[in-house]
Amino acid sequence: MPLHVCVVGSGPAGFYVAKKLLKRFDFARVDILERLPAPFGLVRSGVAPDHPETKVVINQFSRTAEDERCRFFGNVCLGTDVSLEELRKNYHVVVLAYGAESDHRLGIPGEDLEGVFSARQFVWWYNGHPDGKDLPINLNDVETAVVLGQGNVALDVARILLRSPSELSSTDIAEHAVKALRTSRIRKVYVVGRRGPVQAACTAKELREILGLKGVEIVINEADLQTTDCDLEELQSSRIHKRVFDLFCKSATFTKCAGRDKQLQFVFFRAPVSLLAAEDGIHVRGVHLQKTRLEGNHPRKLVGTGEFEELDCGLVLKSIGYKSLPVPDLPFDHKKGVVPNYFGRVRSSDATNETERGLYVAGWLKRGPTGIIGTNEVCAQEVVTSIEEDVNRAVVSNLKEVPGSVGLESILSEKNKRYITFEGWERLNETEMEKGAVKGKPREKIVGIDEALAIGLAKEKE
Amino acid sequence: MAKKTRKRWIEVTFVTKEGDRKTIRVPVGMSMLEAAHENDIELEGACEGSLACSTCHVIVKDEKFYRMLKEPSDEENDMLDLAFGLTETSRLGCQVIAKPELNGMELALPAATRNFAVDGHVPKPH
Ligand SMILES: Cc1cc2nc3c(=O)[nH]c(=O)nc-3n(C[C@H](O)[C@H](O)[C@H](O)COP(=O)(O)OP(=O)(O)OC[C@H]3O[C@@H](n4cnc5c(N)ncnc54)[C@H](O)[C@@H]3O)c2cc1C
Repeated sequence: MPLHVCVVGSGPAGFYVAKKLLKRFDFARVDILERLPAPFGLVRSGVAPDHPETKVVINQFSRTAEDERCRFFGNVCLGTDVSLEELRKNYHVVVLAYGAESDHRLGIPGEDLEGVFSARQFVWWYNGHPDGKDLPINLNDVETAVVLGQGNVALDVARILLRSPSELSSTDIAEHAVKALRTSRIRKVYVVGRRGPVQAACTAKELREILGLKGVEIVINEADLQTTDCDLEELQSSRIHKRVFDLFCKSATFTKCAGRDKQLQFVFFRAPVSLLAAEDGIHVRGVHLQKTRLEGNHPRKLVGTGEFEELDCGLVLKSIGYKSLPVPDLPFDHKKGVVPNYFGRVRSSDATNETERGLYVAGWLKRGPTGIIGTNEVCAQEVVTSIEEDVNRAVVSNLKEVPGSVGLESILSEKNKRYITFEGWERLNETEMEKGAVKGKPREKIVGIDEALAIGLAKEKE
Repeated sequence: MAKKTRKRWIEVTFVTKEGDRKTIRVPVGMSMLEAAHENDIELEGACEGSLACSTCHVIVKDEKFYRMLKEPSDEENDMLDLAFGLTETSRLGCQVIAKPELNGMELALPAATRNFAVDGHVPKPH
């Protein structure tokens, strides 16, 4: 009897889980649900357009989807088109890997002014995510942007603002974004962190890249590069922080270069206190910051010094962390924004060690929004090992028969909900590549849901 | 005496996560990532050798062989920063190219054990 598995979310976590389950159990049937017409999660809508090498992993995911024991159901959203309860009735195993589609908030005044966006919204906008296409962003009347946060996502968004549009136009960036960037007047981007260059959360690869951007002058306050004994200890114990810090130091010694009309300034030891409104009371005009310093030793505490400072800007991008959203009937840790779990088994609540039979979680929804694509491979391995243990102990299936895909299909057809198969996606994929080829881009993403559905559902038998 | 021809292939032993050993022949010039794939050894290679991920991380078991390899580039080091279970003799499989001197080399795949703290992983790139 087959082991019916439903994976919700087609990002790296979902695909790695699917791949490993198919490999581990030759009697497994895996259905992958995805709310969008297109698969691959943040590999498509997060990874920057100028990082095509990173997206090569899509080839591997596609091979998984083409396995005859795997089916893709695009355009099907857990929570609206199908409930968790329905899925659990129809499958032996449900693995939730639907990522993190919301944001942490700063919780300071002015956060909802016009011109203030989360990095997630901005990334969705330039990457052609269907929910990001109407972002009310105006780059024409703005010369200065502030990015709050210094992780890789912060560097991604700063780089997209600063990179020359002619370089971006040969990537798979969304058409509306490159159009807006062509007329952008942004010349200066501040990247602001609460801590110092020793603690910066970015990786060396991303930092190296942005420090070498054509036509961009880098500004770093040399005083910020002074280290304490405690800093040195931290650097000793972390290879990545050490390499990042070395890059900051190297670039600070480059003095003003002529012929660079854009500027990137790293601002360390500043915490946002409020976002300031322009005279119209509607638009953002600046960021009010408090200076900070690290005090004490193991653990070091970040404290405000009581000195304040303002940065003028017309655009603020908050890059302070993604956050997952709950769905009905799912145990959820609202504070951390993740699903409580024991090696990937969903725990019935934060407070107990009891787990939910046949229900698992993987990826950002499990661990929180950190880690690279490869981290999800390790994470998926952990979840699949748990599933394997549970199947062996007959905890999961008891091998009671459940309908699997057939059940899902009847739920969807009752609700008149049409889904995109992997062949449907491949048709969409080809259309995107053809549209891109004309413009010298690897693809032109189809951003509108209706257009994507029209292509993805065409010729589909009822 | 006829000049001894240089070896066209070498023997490399992979030690899997479970500790199983598998010795394969690798043609000179081929990367360890490709060789692993041709021989069904479970080594990820998410970016297919384009230096954009660290999923083909291998550990060179003998320092002697490690020292025979070309130094890692900045780009490889950037990726190694993010590899799980990094050691002093870690490399990316896609950057280790078979050459005659490497005959007999052993490569271990880093074990992500059950208790591996995925959540406690130090670098927080995203
Ligand atoms: C801006 C950005 C840039 C990044 N760049 C890199 C990089 O260069 N290199 C790298 O290695 N890593 C990068 N990462 C990290 C990497 O993208 C993540 O580690 C990874 O995508 C997380 O995988 P996931 O499967 O948990 O979530 P996701 O990739 O987010 O996948 C979740 C999927 O679930 C779907 N979904 C959501 N809700 C529902 C629902 N209710 N029903 C059905 N489906 C649903 C979503 O549409 C999505 O397809 C980046 C991340 C971000 C945010």
